[in-house]
Amino acid sequence: MSGGSYYVPASSKWPVLGSLALGAMMIGTGVVLVHGSSGMPIMVIGLIGILAVMALWFRDVIHESRQGLYDAQMDRSFRWGMGWFIFSEVMFFAAFFGALFYIRTFALPWLDGEGAKGVAALLWPDFTASWPLLEPPDTAIQGPHQTFSPWHLPLVNTLILVGSSITLTVAHEGLKEGHRDTARHWLTLTVLLGLCFIAIQGLEYREAYVHYGITLQAGIYGATFFLLTGFHGAHVIVGTLILIAILARVQRGHFSEEHHFGFEAAAWYWHFVDVVWIGLFTFVYVF
Amino acid sequence: MASHLPPRPTAQHSQADAGGMAADEHHHGPRGLKRWLLTTNHKEIGSLYLIFSLSMFFIGGIFAMVVRAELFQPGLQLVQPEFFNQMTTMHGLIMVFGAVMPAFVGLANWMVPLQIGAPDMALPRLNNFSFWLLPVAFALLLSTLVMPGGAPDFGWTFYAPLSTTYAPPSTTFFIFSLHLAGISSILGAINIIATILNLRTPGMRMMDMSLFVWTWLITAFLLIAVMPVLAGVITMMLLDINFGTSFFNAAGGGDPVLFQHLFWFFGHPEVYIMILPAFGIVSVIIPTFARKRLFGYASMVYATASIAILSFLVWAHHMFVVGLPLVAELFFMYSTMLIAVPTGVKVFNWITTLFRGSLTFEPPMLFALAFVVLFTIGGFSGLMLAISPADFQYHDTYFVVAHFHYVLVPGAVFAIMAGVYYWLPKWTGHYPHTRLSQWHFWLSVIGVNLTFFPMHFAGLAGMPRRIPDYALQFADFNMITSIGAFMFGISQLLFVAVVVLCVRGGEKAPAKAWDGAEDLEWTVPSPAPLHTFETPPRFEPDRH
Repeated sequence: MSGGSYYVPASSKWPVLGSLALGAMMIGTGVVLVHGSSGMPIMVIGLIGILAVMALWFRDVIHESRQGLYDAQMDRSFRWGMGWFIFSEVMFFAAFFGALFYIRTFALPWLDGEGAKGVAALLWPDFTASWPLLEPPDTAIQGPHQTFSPWHLPLVNTLILVGSSITLTVAHEGLKEGHRDTARHWLTLTVLLGLCFIAIQGLEYREAYVHYGITLQAGIYGATFFLLTGFHGAHVIVGTLILIAILARVQRGHFSEEHHFGFEAAAWYWHFVDVVWIGLFTFVYVF
Repeated sequence: MASHLPPRPTAQHSQADAGGMAADEHHHGPRGLKRWLLTTNHKEIGSLYLIFSLSMFFIGGIFAMVVRAELFQPGLQLVQPEFFNQMTTMHGLIMVFGAVMPAFVGLANWMVPLQIGAPDMALPRLNNFSFWLLPVAFALLLSTLVMPGGAPDFGWTFYAPLSTTYAPPSTTFFIFSLHLAGISSILGAINIIATILNLRTPGMRMMDMSLFVWTWLITAFLLIAVMPVLAGVITMMLLDINFGTSFFNAAGGGDPVLFQHLFWFFGHPEVYIMILPAFGIVSVIIPTFARKRLFGYASMVYATASIAILSFLVWAHHMFVVGLPLVAELFFMYSTMLIAVPTGVKVFNWITTLFRGSLTFEPPMLFALAFVVLFTIGGFSGLMLAISPADFQYHDTYFVVAHFHYVLVPGAVFAIMAGVYYWLPKWTGHYPHTRLSQWHFWLSVIGVNLTFFPMHFAGLAGMPRRIPDYALQFADFNMITSIGAFMFGISQLLFVAVVVLCVRGGEKAPAKAWDGAEDLEWTVPSPAPLHTFETPPRFEPDRH
């Protein structure tokens, strides 16, 4: 354990500026949602503020790391921190998967009059439960015309994302063996695969809205579809940005064979996003 | 502040021996307001949390006083029902997320590094970020009071569709403020876990840690597990309100009951988040003033862990009357009753620690003893509520209000106050004023029981909660409750007086301020210097 070398940073202005920026973004978004576009400037300023604070805060951390201020104990703090952060993300998605399972297993059959919950069936006597739910109980809500076959774009995206996890592992192995060029090339490939995934997901969303009638307003199917794939997609975008930052750091030679937790943390995050997609592919698209 | 980056490392590793004698001259940081805005020091951040929590305690308290003033007599006197609803809602939200939770995080910030012999929290900048999210979050939440349509008025549990379809426009801002508070909690919990797992002084094993550290470790786990679920459910609300999704709308195939499942999957662990650190504080204070080892240390640890695990399996006992299948009613009834077992272990251990101890009754001990008795009353009424068929009668009555206020006010809040009285000598170098503390204690105990005990009877007789008016037969109970509430509320000014006086002066406290105190914080001077344990202290537990 520590021999008294644990680095305690002096005061920093990034945290408090970060909280102000985050607050500004949320207030701005709230104003946009409630009162219209007058909140847009605050929202944008907040967003830019967050990005700037993150960049500058990470710059400090990288600088301190490069100066050798971090010992093995500090490294463990980062590992615990990142690990528990990913656990919190797991629970965030668990809530959404839980909602999906609850709707499919309980809520819809009960609305259909199954089980001891007959009262719910009185609301819409003609309603028939099914999944994907193409006809929501209330006819005022237009359900989707059809849903995606999992074996086209979703399958392609599965292969891309699983492949990207493999390329990332190859890059990591390269880094550990001191082959920086190997690491760089495979990491570049990983980033490209991430970008492909995002593009294909964008394509699929367009299809959903234009041809399939799958929208946020299309009853519970559209809601759960966009909730799960949307938050996953947002995580892929963030993950890709992280990988791009890590790629830049690899190019500058920031990482040694032993000391490269920045890379590993990014990799953990990317693998987590990959695992979530496996869950999505299975329960949103296939079954 | 100088613009060059990164901040220069302070002379952290050059300092003296165990006990960390480094004094304030090593603090090269900014002065004045900037010092508090930019600080990365766990003690300063701990103080910020505690001051923030105290101000929220009074704001939430004022809302409670509005509620009690209206309920002093039957009929509508002072406020409109709409505003009454905003007051009950804001009182709950402010007290849960703004007062109790930040108070415990503040105590953890101050005391966890001191009790494990760490130089600071594991991630000091993140620590500052966690804190400064809170003022932003609660400024936003309080600002909803002046928004068109008023503040959230659907209760602190914000059940859909009351909080979606029928909600005031300010609900969107409420959701964002809760997001900010949630991010703060998650990051704070990550920091605490990393600190406990990684920064213990050499030689300190997990089973050597103080119970306060143990309970916080488990609480932090609960926070990281369930705050994201809260974030998820309020995000679904946001989408239902603003983007036309139908998560909680049966017309589109969703289900309002889904909201309750998700909310209580967060909400039940959340109530343990507010009580486990309280258990820890009491488990530290009772041995000190009984001058005995804590009875059953290991069983305390296992009981805490059991309570935490069980807390994930009991959420639907809040929903017994929503129309659950019979098998769910039974499962959640039995799993809830099971929690009485580890909780009973704890109460047993506290009492056994007291048994044949050399007791003295300093202010922290008074609050800790009141905690044991009054929290147990709340525990027993919880057991009554756990019985599903009986809950059909109690549900949504003042009996429930009595129950959770017993575990939260003479439970969590008394434990926080016990902790503050216990550690004030370490923070300020002075003992709290004894007479004034005793007045504060006795007025609080009498006030709290006057307030909440009659609620049991009103509830059992059928008085519904969250209603600004009531039938005449509840008038006497409500008058007593309101008198007690004002008594309790006003006597908290004494608490502020004690704290302020203690900061400014008083009887000097030595490093080891209490006779029977054992943990590492008592090896550093009182008041604790800004930087402590820059070199890990020697830790030699006597393991017998």
